[in-house]
Amino acid sequence: MAFEDQRTTVYKVDPAHPESETLPTLRTEELLLNMGPQHPATHGVLKVILELEGERLVKSTPVLGFLHRGVEKLAEDGTYHQFIPHTDRLDYVCAMYNNFAYCRAVEKLMNITVPDRAEYLRTIVAEVQRIIGHQFWLGTQALDIGAMTVFFYCFRDREILLDWFDELCGARLTTSWYRIGGVERDLTSSLLDKLKQFLDYFPPKIDEYVIFLETNRIWVARTKGVAVISAEDAVSFGLSGPTLRASGVDYDLRKAEPYSAYPKCEFSVPLGKNGDTYDRYWIRVQELYESVKIIRQCLEQMQDGPIMADVPSVTLPPKQRVFTNLESMIQQFKLFSQGFDAPAGEIYCGTEAHKGELGFYIVSTGGGKPYRLKIRAPSFIHMGAFDHMSRGYMIADAITLFGSYDIVMGECDR
Amino acid sequence: MSLQQLASQLQDTFPVGLVKAVEWRGDLAVTVTRDRLHEVAQFLHDDPAMDFDYIVHVSSVDWPDDEERFEVVYEFYSIKKRQRIRLKTRVPESDCIVDSLTDLWKGADFMEREVYDMMGIRFRHHPDLRRILMPDDYTEGYPLRKDFPLRGKGWRDTFEFLDETAR
Repeated sequence: MAFEDQRTTVYKVDPAHPESETLPTLRTEELLLNMGPQHPATHGVLKVILELEGERLVKSTPVLGFLHRGVEKLAEDGTYHQFIPHTDRLDYVCAMYNNFAYCRAVEKLMNITVPDRAEYLRTIVAEVQRIIGHQFWLGTQALDIGAMTVFFYCFRDREILLDWFDELCGARLTTSWYRIGGVERDLTSSLLDKLKQFLDYFPPKIDEYVIFLETNRIWVARTKGVAVISAEDAVSFGLSGPTLRASGVDYDLRKAEPYSAYPKCEFSVPLGKNGDTYDRYWIRVQELYESVKIIRQCLEQMQDGPIMADVPSVTLPPKQRVFTNLESMIQQFKLFSQGFDAPAGEIYCGTEAHKGELGFYIVSTGGGKPYRLKIRAPSFIHMGAFDHMSRGYMIADAITLFGSYDIVMGECDR
Repeated sequence: MSLQQLASQLQDTFPVGLVKAVEWRGDLAVTVTRDRLHEVAQFLHDDPAMDFDYIVHVSSVDWPDDEERFEVVYEFYSIKKRQRIRLKTRVPESDCIVDSLTDLWKGADFMEREVYDMMGIRFRHHPDLRRILMPDDYTEGYPLRKDFPLRGKGWRDTFEFLDETAR
């Protein structure tokens, strides 16, 4: 949608009605509107300064940083193990995937191979987290746009999985279940049963969400053709995840740089055509079905085995041994107080979280602490395209737009 | 194209500007001189054999003991060729400015602003170089520099709070 970036517009007198010439010429001025940071639809504390001409957006300037906590600076002060709980607080809706991305980066730095069973467990839990993330997104996006029912249905089903997380690691949101070299504990038989039950229960529920939304004319009108971005621009802006794939760009790190148990699973990566909000929604819904498929395959293929790599200088000893065995206790204590000796070098490791590519760039100069740790947060990079994507649309579409990024300010501001 | 081939092709194209190319853990990191940064980036972006169309992140590292103190790090990805490359350059503290790459990758806009905000490295020809995460009126400097204390420099202690007990 082309939109002339004019500061003021002077409406000419209509030649068909020359009598109007006696009226003074109408002159309109653009209006500056502050949206947020205290606004229920800004998903936290996002502030956007909107320049409006009537109800159309001429320019929008995101003001970020209200949730900036200096996580990258904190990382330089702690050991590698100590940073795992900090990653929970980045994207606090989907803590598991942050843990996963961070642990993968450190494993790449330390050159550790994770045992098979741990890889399957990681993939299962990561996909459960993806389902939670997409449910959360679908519910809140529908609520923002004005479809309330779906919100309740999504959150009802999300609650089942959060309780499952609670049983798995003792926390619903800030989980810290992943460890460098493996995972903290295995799935119990009760957890496996509950997960299998959920997998049978869930796909019909996705159909239900879809029926609720696709038969809702408001939802369709407010998403189709809104906030379109071309494939070329999406790539140039560095968008990732469903936001990029909605424009038809086939870029999913699970396929492009296969990791964990993903290469052993069969799944497809849904691609959009139009790059509008509707396609971003459609891709996320399709990914829910794909996630169920991946979890099913992992549960079938998973064999018994160790859940932690056996590299005593880096990985933590099993918790039971820490309480009964002196050497294990010393090992645990040393790993947490001094850390392990990382080789000097630098790596970047990206992981396909449900929002997009969550990457960690770690520079090490040896020793137990990272020299520099940079987090590539998809929400932050998506906000960079906000001005470009919002120009020319209505003010209400701004809400649709940053909702469709699946933005979480904890990750955006770090 | 393997990483070695990629590195040697860059070496052939830019015999002067290229300082070193390191491959470690499957990542290729190429260091170039500051004046050649934009030229090399343009080659990586435009050349059909390279085709690095996707910008992954822009970052910066502080090495206070070195003569050229700051390191600016760009990471690119080619969606068609499924390949990554890291492009680095060094700048001294007295003149920490590099050419902006916003004309090649639109996404570099916010990423470079973050580097400026956190490390104080300026980008020439950047359209809107302002602080992004820290407040606009923040005067304590650049928080990710190594000489910046973890607890801050006391700005937070100057906030005025309402005295609830004085009622």
